[in-house]
Amino acid sequence: MAKVIVVTSGKGGVGKTTTSASFATGLAMKGNKTVVIDFDVGLRNLDLIMGCERRVVYDFVNVLNNEASLKQALIKDKQCENLFILPASQTRDKDALTEEGVERILNELKEDFDYIVCDSPAGIEKGALMALYFADEALIVTNPEVSSVRDSDRILGILSAKSKRAVDGDEPIKEHLVITRYSAKRVEMGEMLSIDDVKDLLSIPLIGVIPESESVLSASNSGVPVIHDIDSTSGQAYADVVDRFMGVNLPLRFLQAEKKGLLSRIFGN
Amino acid sequence: MQSEVEDPVIQDVAVDLKGSVFTLPVLQIHSSDVAAIEAELVERLSPALKFFKHAPIVIDLERVSHLEIDFHALTNLLSKQNLVSVGVRNGSKQQQAMAIAVGLAVVKGGPLQNVLGESPNRQALDNERETQTPSESRLETKQNGSSTTAASKVEAESPRVRDGQNDTQQLSQNKSTKIIYQPVRSGQQVYAKGGDLIVMAAVNPGAEIVADGNIHVYAPMKGRALAGVMGDQTARIFCQSMHAELIAIAGNFRVFEDNLPAEIRDKSVQAYLDGEQLIVSQL
Repeated sequence: MAKVIVVTSGKGGVGKTTTSASFATGLAMKGNKTVVIDFDVGLRNLDLIMGCERRVVYDFVNVLNNEASLKQALIKDKQCENLFILPASQTRDKDALTEEGVERILNELKEDFDYIVCDSPAGIEKGALMALYFADEALIVTNPEVSSVRDSDRILGILSAKSKRAVDGDEPIKEHLVITRYSAKRVEMGEMLSIDDVKDLLSIPLIGVIPESESVLSASNSGVPVIHDIDSTSGQAYADVVDRFMGVNLPLRFLQAEKKGLLSRIFGN
Repeated sequence: MQSEVEDPVIQDVAVDLKGSVFTLPVLQIHSSDVAAIEAELVERLSPALKFFKHAPIVIDLERVSHLEIDFHALTNLLSKQNLVSVGVRNGSKQQQAMAIAVGLAVVKGGPLQNVLGESPNRQALDNERETQTPSESRLETKQNGSSTTAASKVEAESPRVRDGQNDTQQLSQNKSTKIIYQPVRSGQQVYAKGGDLIVMAAVNPGAEIVADGNIHVYAPMKGRALAGVMGDQTARIFCQSMHAELIAIAGNFRVFEDNLPAEIRDKSVQAYLDGEQLIVSQL
């Protein structure tokens, strides 16, 4: 049975789309047939991060309005055979998203795919509500910073109250916490919330910590999900997230600030 | 009548509408078979015939709400036993309509209505119309029902008797306690109407927990807690780990920004009203 996973956060700019792109890529690299849907109608950027911007002809809203078939709108990823992208529309507004329409498309996708990753827009308006409504599991993307944590808390409340599973009284959505843009150094200096602070407040299981890294920005700019950059710490951390999601038990990495070696301490660096 | 009235203040009015509390026996019927009811009633009443002579009685339809009741025959048989049937309670809409048609009142009360938590005002009004009795004078055709049921009935009904006597106690005496096991998250509000609120998980910043009665939080309390919002000044708030943004009791509130005093910060505390002053002290 296909699983619908929403990647959401409440707050903008915390790394939802980066996470969606790398997470979906990671699932596909493990042999799962995966589609990632951009729910940010009007402000699409998943296709940019996935590097398929120029191949967008039809989009999510076209399919919702029966102006194109799913087959026409789905874009096959260049690197990953099992990965498809359903891009958002640049020109429509979020009112185009209807519950019936989204449900129809998800049901159609469920027939072909193992995982459906929904990249939620920021905020708690219609696009975000539609992205999470049909979810079976959720990745909550949070920066170790007070307002991001607060907004994630708010989104968790919405997941447990307004999602289809909550409304129907089914088993609740399985929630996973992804802490992004984590800087061990700044935590040590007391400038950033610690992992424990965030975990205590949100009280949901942590599935991964993605360290702040320059490679995320350069990956985004070049349109290649950072999980492909296996030399970068954030790429490795995303790979860990995917493994843990698939049930592999891995210890958390990249939580400590890099200690300078004895030589570099003596000679300066 | 007026000639008997001595008080000059009320001489110029013909009537006065007042409330009082009555104890009425309740006849709980388990069958729609009037003959069977009569036979059993005669047997049970005969030892106490004098006591129940001309006693007003309420017919409880809870167990027979799915059956068709011949109210005419039922009231006839009760009056033959020198009982004055005054009303019915519970029962279906249809039964209530039929009861009204034969001149009976529909009275509210009993465990079901109380659990559902009517507004205090409504309950007060109901009290003026009728008040049930706890189970001693209940005429059950089967007397030794399960003791837990009996206990819960007494518990559920006793506040009704009390609130007739003491309105200020009413809010805290209500038994509809609400228990929350999930974290209360930013932007969420939980309201325990007519009773206490117990939260077994964290109350996060930006969340609001509200109760007509007391509030207990057995986890970190980082949101806003408002107890006694209907005006109960005896309501209290208990927190296992106090880090609240705001504490309020019966409209008296304290806001805690970054100034949470060290002696209560993250400590087990209670909050209560001392006159107008809201006291938050370590437990």
